[in-house]
Parts: sequence; structure tokens; C-alpha cells
Amino acid sequence: MDRIIVHSPGLLTTVQDEGRYGYQRFGMPVSGAMDIFSFRIANLLVENPVGSACLEATLTGPEITFDAPCMIAITGADMRPSLNGKPVRNWESVPAGKGDVLRFGAIRSGCRSYIAFSGGIDVPVVMGSRSTYLRSKTGGFHGRALQKGDFLSLSLISSNSSFPVKNKRLPDRFIPQYVKNPVIHVIPGPEVDRISFDGIRSFLISEYRVSPQCDRMGYRLAGPPVGLKTENPDIISAGISPGTIQVTGDGQLIILMADRQTTGGYVRIANVALADIPAVAQMKPGDTLHFREISMENAQKLQAERWNAAFSSVTK
Amino acid sequence: MNDPMKYLPSGDSAIIIKTGSDISANQNIKVRKLLYGIEREKINGIVDFIPAYNELLICYDPLEISFRRLLDTLYLIENKLDDIQLPESRIIRVPVLYGGEAGPDLDEVAERNRLTPDKVIEIHSSADYLIYMLGFTPGFCYLGGMDERIATPRKAQPRLNIPAGSVGIADKQTGIYPIVSPGGWQLIGKTPLRLFDPARDPVFLFSPGDHIRFYAIGEEEFLRISELSEKGSIFTAHQ
Repeated sequence: MDRIIVHSPGLLTTVQDEGRYGYQRFGMPVSGAMDIFSFRIANLLVENPVGSACLEATLTGPEITFDAPCMIAITGADMRPSLNGKPVRNWESVPAGKGDVLRFGAIRSGCRSYIAFSGGIDVPVVMGSRSTYLRSKTGGFHGRALQKGDFLSLSLISSNSSFPVKNKRLPDRFIPQYVKNPVIHVIPGPEVDRISFDGIRSFLISEYRVSPQCDRMGYRLAGPPVGLKTENPDIISAGISPGTIQVTGDGQLIILMADRQTTGGYVRIANVALADIPAVAQMKPGDTLHFREISMENAQKLQAERWNAAFSSVTK
Repeated sequence: MNDPMKYLPSGDSAIIIKTGSDISANQNIKVRKLLYGIEREKINGIVDFIPAYNELLICYDPLEISFRRLLDTLYLIENKLDDIQLPESRIIRVPVLYGGEAGPDLDEVAERNRLTPDKVIEIHSSADYLIYMLGFTPGFCYLGGMDERIATPRKAQPRLNIPAGSVGIADKQTGIYPIVSPGGWQLIGKTPLRLFDPARDPVFLFSPGDHIRFYAIGEEEFLRISELSEKGSIFTAHQ
């Protein structure tokens, strides 16, 4: 049963879930939502099972019509969503009726919006996940971004016409603010000892700008180069984890994101703390950021504090 | 040489166990033994593994398992590493149509190395290549063991669209492109096998630790095997 009709897809709208785990040893990227925090909150707001598939819209949102009622929740970037012309707020669940039209306007903050539908989007599970990996056209909706005229079905509950009708909201204090020039916490990486003193200094005190070369795979940053101690900038190819920051031969930085390749041959200077990956995911070309060092233990505490409290405020 | 293993955090959701500092089959066996030993324990909170040449990256969910507890468990497994018996390494035969449109750079590789194209084929197909690791794109194998007599620098101008299955040489390495991608490798042939097919079980033909043995086929056989591959056959099982 079709539940959603796509009238216009937006710049890049894909089906995503928590990611495709278990195949990185074969070179398969994880993919999944870039901003896992917003993604999880969206699912919780419509009382979906953990990891249900949502839409991830980039910079401009889609226009969609519902051909059956469901609950929706929009989180992440503020793209001025409206239902039948009436504004709806981010970070809360709202009912959508048959024939209702969801539209988005000009982006106000952030870069990526998550749209959760009660029941979750029903696309085939490929290698354990509904995520879209665009480069190999795997998973999601036929392995591609949404296009005009697509029909998406929701896994319900579909035999049962009831769905949670309770409006839920993420309390204001947990709503992330996508500020200008945010501080991004970083944990020293496996090859930090290959970076020169001046290189470390540049990395930690300079402002870096997200360059136009940024996508779901990674963000190239523009800013003062980070120098290495050695002539040879390469390492023996090795694994890349969430938020790995690479230093290329000419000292440029790349933050690796959801569609990151599983292995690489550049020096791994640091990792963005999990708690701050969502903030990076919400940055667009031209935005600036600063790095601040944090210990691995404190990074884990930061994530647990920020996320667990927010998650339980919505589930109770 | 038995270097002590090094444990390095890779952010707050991954840990690396480094077995050594160079590329060698011995280091790589340790990586695979670690992977085998850890996976067997089915530790709650570990979400994925990336084995590489000389290190194993373990992804975990810090909301599920603490770094401390994970580390303690890993030490215990490392201590028993010598008792771990890896399953026997598979040798997977890979048919290749060498030269022509399938391998437009075969002549260049031959000329640069002062060999005949036939000799290049003979050398390329007479070794067993160890799959040290996979990465770069889904199903791409990092192979060891190519004869340096056929080593050739990459093309000055990378190609934009290299067809899936293309077999190439880049410096002292050989490899197979699993999906259509851009790249600068010298293409010497093409295999009709599908290294990566999400609709098939197994999705991937090769695992770390397997060996690849290439053998030359003609155009007719290429087409016959292609047809089987498209139907989801892994073919290698039938040889």
C-alpha cells in the first residue's frame, strides 16, 4: 500500500536508518543517518521501533502527499516545514491526514532534516539495513535519492489503522542549536604522533571552513595546513572509524562521515567525538568550526549525558 | 619477531589493535586470529570490525560497553591467540579475459617491462595472491604477491569509468575493480565474476585471508560465465 507520494524530491533526499553494520570487513561503508541524534529523536517522537527508516533531506526538503493518515516528526535542520500551508514545528510529532501536503521552505538553520513517519519507511532490507549507499546504488529506495513521482510505502501497523496519536515534543533544553563557528570536540587519533608541533597548534587554534567538497562521505576543510613530522604522508592502509579526521599529503583536513570508505591511507590525526558528529552533519559549505581536544573518557561521558537524557525525555 | 600488540583508541567508539608496523603475511595472520577470536566471543556492544594489513579496528557502542571492560576482554583474547586455529585459507580461482577491449593496457604493461603480452599473462596468472584486506570500495581486495617483473606505474590520466570486473596493475600491486569507478590502474583484463552482488548470498566473493589464483579464458567462456554471474551464481564454487 502506497502511503507517500513524492511531488518534488528536494536537493538530495534519501532513505536512511542507523547504518549497515557487519560488512565493513568487505569494504562496505556503514552509511545511515549523518546526524544520528536527530534521526533517533525523530523515530522516538512517532514511537517507531529503534532504527526504523526515515527520510534524510539535504538543504532543501521534499514536497510529499499522504494517501493515508500517519504521524510524522521532523528533526534536525529547520527548513520551515508546513502541512497544507500551516507551519509545523521541528522536534515534535504531528498527525498527517489523507491528502495532506508536506512542504518545506528556505533553510533557516542546519543542513539535514529527518522526517520520520509512524511505522517507518518500508524498503527492502539489504545486507541488514534500509540505508541508501549512493555510490554503489545499494539499499534504500532502489539505491538512489528520491525523484519526482516516487511512491513510498510505510511498514505499519498497516493492517491496523491505528497509530500513536499522542503529540510528543523534545523539551527545548535538548534541542540542538546550530550555532555559527561551533566548538567540535576531538579525540587524538592513532597517528597523532606523526603531526608536527606546529601542525597540532594549527589544528587546535585555527578556524576551519567547510569547503564545497562536502557530501555524505566526508567534509574537506579549508584552513591553515597541518604539517607532518615526516616526508612520507602515507600510512599502511587501515580502518576508519566514525568521525575520523585525515590529514592529506598537503596538510589539508578531511572529516569522514556516514558514507566514509572503510579504509584509508592518510594519517589519522583525530576523531570527532560522537556527541559532536551531529553538529558536523548539520554544517554546510562555508560554515566554520573550531576543534577542541577532549579525552576519550570525557567524550564518552559527554555523549551519554547529552543523548540519554534527551532520549528518555521523549520516551517517558 | 613478536612485537607486543598496541592498543589505540580511534575516537570514542572504536579501538585499534596493532599487531606490528609493516606489511607481512605473519602480521596479517595475527589480525585475522584476533578477529576470529573476538568474534567467537560474541561480545555485547561490539558492532563491527575492520581488519587491515597490520591492525584490527573494532567498532563498539560506548553506550553499551565501557572502554575499560572492552579492553579487559580483548587482553584475555590476545593472551590465548596462539591457541586459535584459523579455518584453512581458501584458494579462489578467478577467470580473466586478458587483453583486447577487456584489458586495453595489456600491451603497454608488456612494452614497459620488455615482455610479450603472453608472458605478462603467464606471470600474472601463475601466482597465488593473498587477500590482506578489503576496503576502498565494496569488495575491493588488497592483494599481496605480485611478481615485480610486471610492475607498472599508474596511468598519467585516470579513467573516469572503469567497468566492474576490470583487472589492473598499479605499481607493484594487482587488483580487481568490484564496481564501476574512476581510477588510474593499468587494465590488463576483465573477470566475468561479480565480486559484489547485494542480491546474492554470499554478497561478497572474497574474504580477508583467502587467496586468488587468476586463469586466462577466451571470449566465449567469458560470456558463458557472465550469464551465470548475472543469475546470482558465484561460479567459483562450481570449478
